Amino acid sequence: MISLKNLFIFYLDGFQNMKIGKSLWKIIIVKLLIILIFLNYFVYDKSIKTEFKTADEKSNFVYENLKGK
Amino acid sequence: MEEHLVDWSRAQFALTAMYHWLFVPLTLGLGFIVAIMESIYVKTGSEFWKKTTKFWMTLFAINFAIGVATGIIMEFEFGTDWANYSWFVGDIFGAPLAIEGILAFFMESTFFAVMFFGWNKVDKNFHLLSTWLVAIGSNLSALWILVANGWMQYPVGMTFNPDTVRNEMFNFWDVLLSPVAVSKFLHTIASGYVMASLFVVGVSAWYLLKKRDVIFAKNSMLVGATFGLITALFLTLSGDESAHQVALKQPVKLAAMEGLYEGRTEAGIVGIGILNPKKTLLNNEKEFLFELEAPYALSLLGYHDIHAYVPGLKDLVFGNEERGIMGAQVKIEKGKIAIEAFEAYKDAYEIKDIEKMALNKVIMDENMKYFGYGYLKNPEQILPPIATTFYAFHIMVALGGWFLTLFIIVLFLLTKKDIEKFRFVLWAAVWSIPLGYIAGEAGWVVAEVGRQPWAIQDLMPVGVAATHIATTNVMISFGLFAVLFTTLLIAEIKIMTTQIKIGPDGGH
Repeated sequence: MISLKNLFIFYLDGFQNMKIGKSLWKIIIVKLLIILIFLNYFVYDKSIKTEFKTADEKSNFVYENLKGK
Repeated sequence: MEEHLVDWSRAQFALTAMYHWLFVPLTLGLGFIVAIMESIYVKTGSEFWKKTTKFWMTLFAINFAIGVATGIIMEFEFGTDWANYSWFVGDIFGAPLAIEGILAFFMESTFFAVMFFGWNKVDKNFHLLSTWLVAIGSNLSALWILVANGWMQYPVGMTFNPDTVRNEMFNFWDVLLSPVAVSKFLHTIASGYVMASLFVVGVSAWYLLKKRDVIFAKNSMLVGATFGLITALFLTLSGDESAHQVALKQPVKLAAMEGLYEGRTEAGIVGIGILNPKKTLLNNEKEFLFELEAPYALSLLGYHDIHAYVPGLKDLVFGNEERGIMGAQVKIEKGKIAIEAFEAYKDAYEIKDIEKMALNKVIMDENMKYFGYGYLKNPEQILPPIATTFYAFHIMVALGGWFLTLFIIVLFLLTKKDIEKFRFVLWAAVWSIPLGYIAGEAGWVVAEVGRQPWAIQDLMPVGVAATHIATTNVMISFGLFAVLFTTLLIAEIKIMTTQIKIGPDGGH
């Protein structure tokens, strides 16, 4: 039976023994920060989900855009 | 909608999708190649195959790490730049993507850790199973995304609800097993397998050119070229089925792919050709300045019948009564009826006039198939950019043919001759790596540019799908993405080439 401690050691050893993996993790973390924080909150801060709270508001907004174009 | 804004939104999505596709195909194919190599290791117990597996696994990890999450940006874009679209598609698009996130990505990520950290820590067979599951997981991710894309090309399994202004799925299996989704999935993953094979063959060829790690390179090349040959044949078959589906479901795209203005029976395929830039729908100029045609092939490819009539762009725009082809003007009128009925339904809904609601719902449903046409101003608007679609298609097909030939040559020289003496073949293999990426991108250009003006085929044109936002915002984020993705690409190439130069004796 794998205990949580063994699982933790498995990952810890894995990360400690990585060579190129360390550089890759740095890239992944920087990239995720850019995508999930900078882009998500500063570039794509407004979307149909953030601008309208209820489903009715969202459907009315889209309906106004679809009619009589 | 301001055309400038739509074009920038479109360009931004194209940039994101095309960069994303630089990372994906290698992940799709290299996972399986690594799993095959590890299977040989487990079967033979040879340390050589363990080392070989670990080397290619490291390159797989570099590509995976740098490419992972680049697709998330497209989901952001749906919400901000394509709000009308993202609401209109409803749960049909959301469901496959949610399944992708929950099932495939987590499966991939869990076993990824075992695959990398588990050498000498878990049982050999469990490690091998993890490697196979990572490969299968990557491909499952692709399945759900391609199902969503397939639905945009051929919307099925749903009904439009005017109350919520959304499409609602009524048959999940129709969406999942739609012939367009299935052929798109098979053709796309096959292209990833071929791309990964080209990568393995090309990198191995580089070692042979440098006269180092020769045994490793030859064995890797043998696995890569064998996998490449099998998957390139499958790519050809799945491409045939894709073209058949395009002929049935998106005939305008097929006509653009072949620069076919005039419909004809026993239509041939243009193998090599230069489109006549003066040609329009309304003049009698020749379609091509130069062409080499394979007779009957387009009728055969499109309809599996050498005598079949293949509609040309003129038939599809202006209609052809004799052949029973409805013109775009008739569809535009039906689309306008659908939109008017939709609006009348909504008005009736406001005053709770049940009878009027029911009447307009019937009219709307009868014409819903042509809903998107109601937004077009003239029939010619159904045409995609013909030259882009035509050349992208021919580049893809020509390169596909070259890859098949290359794998055959490499396998022949590896098994019957001394491949090291054929340096031009080795160089050709190295240079085929970027060609593989070009072919993959060209394939997506055919699929996506070729279906313009539609965001959802026949239901929603791109101009209606886009959100009214400031064009400058889209331009700024376009610039940001260009910088971000170019940086990631440079990082990938740099880390990858460094690792290749270190060679199979380096660590990971």
